[in-house]
Amino acid sequence: MPKDNKAAIRSGRLSDEEIARNFSDMHPPLGRPEALIAADRCYFCFDAPCTTACPTGIDIPGFIQKIRSDNITGSAHTILRENIMGGMCARVCPTEVLCEEACVRHTHEDKPVNIGLLQRYATDPVLDKNITLFERGPESGKRIAIVGGGPAGLSCAHRLSMLGHASVVFNRDEKPGGLNEYGIAAYKTVNDFAQREVEYILSIGGIEVRNNVSLGEDFKLSDLQGEFDAIFVGFGLGSVNELGLANEDAEGVLNAVDYIAELRQAKNKGNLPVGDRIVVIGGGMTAIDIAVQTKRLGAEHVDIVYRRGPEQMGASRYEQEFAQTSGVNISHWAKPTKLLTAEQRVVGLEFERTALDKDGKVTGTGESYSLNADIVFKAIGQSVSEETLGAVSGTLDMQSGKIVTDDCRKTSLPGVWAGGDCVYGHDDLTVSAVQDGKIAAIAIDKYLREESNNG
Amino acid sequence: MADLTCDFVGIKSPNPFWLASAPPTDKAYNVNRAFEAGWGGAVWKTLGEDPPIVNVNGPRYSALHSNERRVIGFNNIELITDRPLGVNLDEIRQIKKDWPDRALVVSIMLPMEEKTWAKYVPMIEDTGADGFELNFGCPHGMSERGMGAAVGQVPEYIQMATEWCKKSASIPVIVKLTPNVSNILPPASAARDGGADAVSLINTVNSIMRVNYDTLTMYPTTDGMGSHGGYCGQAVKPIALHMVAEISRNKDTADLPISGIGGISDWRDAVDYLALGASNVQICTAAMVYGFKIIDDLTDGLSNFLDQKGMSSVEELVGRAVPSVTDWQHLNLNYVEKAHIDQDLCIDCGRCHVVCEDTSHQAITSTLNGERHFEVIDEECVGCNLCVSVCPVDGCITMQHITDGIDARTGQPISKEAIDWTTHPNNPMRKQS
Repeated sequence: MPKDNKAAIRSGRLSDEEIARNFSDMHPPLGRPEALIAADRCYFCFDAPCTTACPTGIDIPGFIQKIRSDNITGSAHTILRENIMGGMCARVCPTEVLCEEACVRHTHEDKPVNIGLLQRYATDPVLDKNITLFERGPESGKRIAIVGGGPAGLSCAHRLSMLGHASVVFNRDEKPGGLNEYGIAAYKTVNDFAQREVEYILSIGGIEVRNNVSLGEDFKLSDLQGEFDAIFVGFGLGSVNELGLANEDAEGVLNAVDYIAELRQAKNKGNLPVGDRIVVIGGGMTAIDIAVQTKRLGAEHVDIVYRRGPEQMGASRYEQEFAQTSGVNISHWAKPTKLLTAEQRVVGLEFERTALDKDGKVTGTGESYSLNADIVFKAIGQSVSEETLGAVSGTLDMQSGKIVTDDCRKTSLPGVWAGGDCVYGHDDLTVSAVQDGKIAAIAIDKYLREESNNG
Repeated sequence: MADLTCDFVGIKSPNPFWLASAPPTDKAYNVNRAFEAGWGGAVWKTLGEDPPIVNVNGPRYSALHSNERRVIGFNNIELITDRPLGVNLDEIRQIKKDWPDRALVVSIMLPMEEKTWAKYVPMIEDTGADGFELNFGCPHGMSERGMGAAVGQVPEYIQMATEWCKKSASIPVIVKLTPNVSNILPPASAARDGGADAVSLINTVNSIMRVNYDTLTMYPTTDGMGSHGGYCGQAVKPIALHMVAEISRNKDTADLPISGIGGISDWRDAVDYLALGASNVQICTAAMVYGFKIIDDLTDGLSNFLDQKGMSSVEELVGRAVPSVTDWQHLNLNYVEKAHIDQDLCIDCGRCHVVCEDTSHQAITSTLNGERHFEVIDEECVGCNLCVSVCPVDGCITMQHITDGIDARTGQPISKEAIDWTTHPNNPMRKQS
């Protein structure tokens, strides 16, 4: 019989010192001597594979060369001119599957240049010293509505400002930043970095942010069409995918993203209640972030259960190993079949082992097992929320519940561009959202200028 | 095991590695440590007249660093010894007594008056030292007082002072040359004409290291002002090797024994000097950067190399590369090499492509069938060796000799016949056969 687990969910499991240690910087920044050694390993490749692998196309050998010559401001400019959130991306990018995977150093030594930490080394001083690198272009008199205050929207707004346009960001949350502010493990972005970065982006001027307003609830797309010269939508994924099991509303069955957001906003993380036994369903970064963070809050047993193998997990091999060395157990090839509850509280889960059938599809093997759980976290993906979907479907071409765009991030509706997680085919990376915003802004600028010339 | 013992103009040492006259040989304490570590000999830091000179009490050294902060060039403004002559002579006498098997040569620098040489040379020889080295090379400070490089830049002065020294000395006299001349041969000949038993080279090169980027003053400075120094270390080795080779291959100076100096930091550098005609080598900067322990690699690296080459002594190596040094006009213009990239070793960095494309002959591809791929285009390759020089992977790009067929670049058949500029048809001044 599952034990009475209500008492198992409690806060204050660890001392303040332990909490502070567990949630300190995951990768401490490089000092100058370390940075120079790391930078010296860069071969300054022609048409560098790392740059090609970067979704925002940062000239990586270029910025590393500038680190070598102590031209840190120049280095930061090289990074931020392509990716205004280069600071955050230095912290959260899965570099091991992007730039660092492409590094030619892998050929003979399997140890890439430490691009992520070098990028942080170059960009941190810009925020720390508030160095102005970008200025607003000559004012065009055009206004653009930006729906969503996450990486895509803010990147778009910043680029529009550089190009001389004004923008209004409609942000559904209390603070701008989107997943940078609410959706990333606390130890990846300490010292309120997300907000400091947002402030830096907004300091260019010409960007008005309206918080606590939601598309579909507070306004419609058509409300914006008359008032603005163009619209960019980057509202992200507002709702969490369900497991599709009975009793999913039982107490203790939680959305991983909500808890991650709560953790990020908590003044004192030790006050957050956590169970003895945690089970996380999913295989992406959200699953890793919730698993490791609950372990670091003092949970005794944390299991991630994923229905396929390690190669298919959305989380990189590095992230998987990080979770495992943090004390998280990862089980593969099993899917939840039943939520076990007692008095409307979850007490455990039943799983069926899975395998690939002859068509390569995941299928149950019939073999089952169960795990006790005080809390079950759902982390099997997110989708555009019902309300938002209602506000755009029928207006914009959609596929699989996401917005269809062309290469310039233009939607099917004239005057409307889109980017970030809400776009069909997007890879859910911050860096790609930033790139979407940048490309859309450049396209919007071109559109508005052509329109002015023609008008 | 090859024999590393060395007999340089009658001065014997257990190996050919001497510490050069410089800060590491200023005191008995240092020289003792060097001999304990296994150094074959030492040239005592230059002695001068009493009262001793005075050195600055601020920065005397500064360095040119590689990116990983290895010292690749080094600069100093230290003058000759600033200790009383008597103290130095007592220590030299004691060291020679304690280390009879090591070479102990004394460097001296004296004003251009015969009587001064007559006074000091016997006094110094009386210590039991094995030889003199005449410092006609220091380019800073002492040269302003008419000594050091000020002598070394005037062949007549070199000859005169060498003669004065030889008159009073019964032990070998080595003349140390300055590289701050346009042609090393006249100073070397002057030393020989003055009776020198050998020359040693190079001394340091005139240098200013850099500017201080905060103050926009020269760096380093003494109380806000700086003065040029003498440059040494790895970065000067090629300059020194050229001068050594010139003396070795010139028939007037070829018989002059050479002690090679300049940027030697491992045994391979020593091989360069020995093969280009030096009979032994002297080292300072590498010791000042890493300490005396580097002697271990110098000695057993050289010994293993000689074994591999089937040579039983250092002597067999001396001068081996000299016949391969010639004037440009004698190079075979019919000889063709082309670069070849080993695709198994290539890491696809593309450095060879971009430098060839930007600065040379557009002879390396960047793609093949739309894929990243770097390969030499024989039709364009002039065999310049730039790609070999910049490739970060040792051995990935090699130069290959084309011995027959057609040179894809010129469309001309490869000729087995050597032709140099002196006989080339494009040379209006060519020798008629």
